[in-house]
Amino acid sequence: MKSTDTSNPDYFHKVVDCQWACPAHTDVPGYIRLIAQGQFTDAYMLNRHSNIFPGILGRVCDRPCEPACRRGRIEDKPVAICRLKRVAADHREDITDRLPRAPAKTNGKKVALIGAGCASLAVANDLLPLGYEITIFEAHDTTGGLMRTNIPQFRLPPKVLDEEINNIVDMGADLKINHRIESMKELLDNDNYDAVFVGTGAPRGKELKLPGRYDSENIYIGIDWLECVAFEHIKKIGKKVLIIGVGNTAMDCCRSSLRLGATDVKVMARKPRAFFKASAWELEDAEEENVEIMVNHSPKEFVVENGKLTGMVFEQMEYTIDEKGRIDRGKVVGEVTIPCDDVILAIGQDNAFPWIERDIGIEFDEWECPVVNETTMMCSRDGVFFGGDSAFGPKNIIWAVAHGHEAAISIDKYCSGEDLQERLPRGVNLVSQKMGLHEWSFSNSYDAASRRLMPHVDLKERFKKIDIEVELGFTAEQAAAEVERCLNCDIQTVFTTKLCIECDACIDICPVDCLTMTEAGDEADLRSRLTAPAENTEQMLYVSDALPQTGRVMVKDEDLCVHCSLCAERCPTGAWDMRKSAIFIPQAEDEVASRESRSAASA
Amino acid sequence: MSYIAKPNVSHPKAPKNELGLTERDYEGVVSTLCAGCGHDSVTAAIIQAVFELGIEPYKMCKISGIGCSSKTPAYFASQSHGFNSVHGRMPSVTTGANAANSALTYIGVSGDGDSLSIGMGQFAHVIRRNLDMCYVIENNGVYGLTKGQYSATADVGTVGKKGPANKQMPIDPVSTAIGLGATYIARGFSGAKEQLVPLIKGAIMHKGFALLDVISPCVTFNDHEGSTKSYAHTREHYHRVIKTDFVRPSEEIVAAYEAGDTMPIKLHDGSKIVFRRVDKDYDPTSRAAAFSYLRDSVNAGEIITGLLYIDEETGDMHDLSGSVSEPLSKIPYEELNPGADQLASLMDQYR
Ligand SMILES: Cc1cc2nc3c(=O)[nH]c(=O)nc-3n(C[C@H](O)[C@H](O)[C@H](O)COP(=O)(O)OP(=O)(O)OC[C@H]3O[C@@H](n4cnc5c(N)ncnc54)[C@H](O)[C@@H]3O)c2cc1C
Ligand SMILES: Cc1ncc(C[n+]2csc(CCOP(=O)(O)OP(=O)(O)O)c2C)c(N)n1
Ligand code: SF4
Ligand code: SF4
Ligand code: SF4
Ligand SMILES: [Mg+2]
Repeated sequence: MKSTDTSNPDYFHKVVDCQWACPAHTDVPGYIRLIAQGQFTDAYMLNRHSNIFPGILGRVCDRPCEPACRRGRIEDKPVAICRLKRVAADHREDITDRLPRAPAKTNGKKVALIGAGCASLAVANDLLPLGYEITIFEAHDTTGGLMRTNIPQFRLPPKVLDEEINNIVDMGADLKINHRIESMKELLDNDNYDAVFVGTGAPRGKELKLPGRYDSENIYIGIDWLECVAFEHIKKIGKKVLIIGVGNTAMDCCRSSLRLGATDVKVMARKPRAFFKASAWELEDAEEENVEIMVNHSPKEFVVENGKLTGMVFEQMEYTIDEKGRIDRGKVVGEVTIPCDDVILAIGQDNAFPWIERDIGIEFDEWECPVVNETTMMCSRDGVFFGGDSAFGPKNIIWAVAHGHEAAISIDKYCSGEDLQERLPRGVNLVSQKMGLHEWSFSNSYDAASRRLMPHVDLKERFKKIDIEVELGFTAEQAAAEVERCLNCDIQTVFTTKLCIECDACIDICPVDCLTMTEAGDEADLRSRLTAPAENTEQMLYVSDALPQTGRVMVKDEDLCVHCSLCAERCPTGAWDMRKSAIFIPQAEDEVASRESRSAASA
Repeated sequence: MSYIAKPNVSHPKAPKNELGLTERDYEGVVSTLCAGCGHDSVTAAIIQAVFELGIEPYKMCKISGIGCSSKTPAYFASQSHGFNSVHGRMPSVTTGANAANSALTYIGVSGDGDSLSIGMGQFAHVIRRNLDMCYVIENNGVYGLTKGQYSATADVGTVGKKGPANKQMPIDPVSTAIGLGATYIARGFSGAKEQLVPLIKGAIMHKGFALLDVISPCVTFNDHEGSTKSYAHTREHYHRVIKTDFVRPSEEIVAAYEAGDTMPIKLHDGSKIVFRRVDKDYDPTSRAAAFSYLRDSVNAGEIITGLLYIDEETGDMHDLSGSVSEPLSKIPYEELNPGADQLASLMDQYR
């Protein structure tokens, strides 16, 4: 195994598991430390820089960061990264002065954004301050896309949505609501936009064409039903409700049903629990509200008697799971009819672009998804960009934001006649955190506290109205305890080979046995010879050059390092040092700044 | 020194010994020695050895004298018995403890100053008694605690941080112990744990006096150029005469050895020490051979390491004096103190 090239910005970035896993690469340990210091507004702004919607995401983010969090490998539960974001949002002061602003004079370039969901809003957020003239076309009479029409208000209050969305739109976007784009061809031919961004989502709920499907009015498509609930077109539902499917939409459907009069709600799953699509925490929240989740039931037909839905027939399934954890197709072992008043289908979404003509140079694949470049977000027609659910199928808000940032870079380059592929590289900057002989700039001692539990509104109270936000947010004490659980993974252990005298001090002190000095070898061989088992091959080995005295190498298994600094503190020569890594993820404004400095240099 | 304690978190897959303890359960407080001190590596090696041997912490006793080295017992096995005695007096305190309770495992930690200057007399006599203990000298060639004066193991010509080179002949603890009749004599290096750990295990399981001379560099006062006890100098000059594996009774000998070069020696508890001779002529059961080999190596400027001499036949202090082997605290009072009449009749025998 060659010695590690730490000049590659990805190396230290990967050590910050949460930031690496976040599609928008939010500087999580950075904002957690700011919260710890009571700097809520700074913590909010640091979040906003990457993810734009800290208040929204602090409540409903899909949080890919949490399953990745290092704390979850040291003990059971990761840091409550997402809910700490909400702490920053809840406690921040007025940020008006710190928000980006559009310049007095535009740059004369016009960009159309189709749809006012999070993807388009992210593009607007990045391009408005650069002087672009932004027009947003939205079919509904309001902004936010699925965040408003599908995510229930008891998870995401409209007030939070309004505030964060307005902060973007109010920079000066021209918002055209109730304006559905019916023909892409027309838009491209008749209006002279310099670029067009499609952020229309994946708006079609999947159908379940079983016998009886169209014989009753009490069978709904989940996302359409939630939209009707959000716009108050639907205000009640029967007592017994079945939800088909067990993804996150199903969780919102079952919990919304309980608030519209249902008393017996069952979520019907075809497969065992380990194969559910819903996140563990969404399942927990639904089960807390006494929703019953029934596994191994495959829907067969609707029972409609005299035009009235009375139940649904399910095949009872049995599966075998192989030693690799893969499930087979299963076999039917029985049949059961479950009585119900309503059925909500929540089995997924498809993309739908009936309004994009197929002869205007925008290519679609066999699943009717546009062919989009994953780096530039541009489709096969120059100047037309996609992002969010419309690009690669349904994902989540934070992915939509990440797409928005990349699309904004591309749109700016496209409008400036630059090569879209030639983007600024990512970077890493390392700064030592040593403050004195035994003093570090950060709270480096390991705090054994367990994850704080989010307080919820009482189980009776919360069903009284549909818009009572269930989660109360962390108390000040809870937040103070939770921030200390973060291991500051961005404060990196950095090794300088030539300083090491091979005294073993670092190896002896490391509480989690990360370090080894041994003969060089290839990775698999090295892993078998380390101080402690190094079985997690997703995490890297940090391997030094040959050590001065014996020619062995210093190897650090990054997997379980708790960033306690003890290695650096016990090293007599400073061969180990703790340095904070700032990961630079370029955004559109950085591309512009770099362009300007290049042209200033050549002038 | 660290202001923060070693945090209470460990590798989730850290191995456990037969008592269900992890290595971390054998730790002591965080060291206050200079960062990079060899003594801390010796501590780590002792921790690994007693963890692997599965010794009950409450059946272990750590004793020391005075010096940086003598602080070591604070840094391992917090739950064991311990006694930090007076400068150079660790042997007599250990003798007393062992006389009263031979069921404990005794690990004495001392320094080159503590053992070979002020404690030379005690050192010689504990060897004569063949006290059943593991005696570790953390040998750095200086008095570390008092700021780096040459100690009795400083080589001729070695230079201190300041002042003239040393001119006096060193006392070599290993040759001294051979001469005095010690029954287990080894030398190791703090920077070579894979060798040191089995040597410590053998020393603990050996019945009788086991001396472990461990070259343990003092990073602050004796790790510069010109010192013969620095990390760099030791690495350049050390020579393993013999490779030693320690095999417990419950384990099988798994390593592949070349025929003719190996030599297993059985210890009293059934464990084995397996020697692999790097030097084919070396015989670790011959006191005379060990002595002359050592003398030649000193002349060649080599630091000979490994288990250099072993004698499993000679009885320990209790065997030699015919004293009881049960701990005195376990003997009923009436038996322990048979009364004034018995004493009087005993005295009469010597009149
Ligand atoms: C029930 C449900 C719950 C969810 N919960 C979460 C969650 O908790 N966390 C999370 O991260 N993600 C969640 N998601 C996913 C998330 O909402 C989407 O991934 C995200 O909203 C996608 O954003 P977008 O901007 O791509 O599209 P959308 O949010 O779908 O916005 C598209 C917008 O475009 C408009 N539009 C469509 N066609 C046209 C047209 N032709 N002309 C003009 N306007 C048009 C639509 O009206 C809409 O406003 C959930 C999804 C569902 C269905
Ligand atoms: C009776 C007595 N004499 C002198 C001293 C001063 N003193 C303390 S430690 C020490 C030498 C320790 O040297 P060594 O045993 O080699 O330990 P090191 O610090 O080098 O590990 C001396 C002379 C003392 N503490 N007590
Ligand atoms: S411990 Fe903190 S820095 Fe590390 S992955 Fe978790 S949240 Fe991120
Ligand atoms: S910071 Fe150093 S001592 Fe602490 S866990 Fe990481 S490698 Fe080990
Ligand atoms: S403590 Fe420092 S000098 Fe000693 S082995 Fe570790 S890195 Fe090398
Ligand atoms: Mg000394």
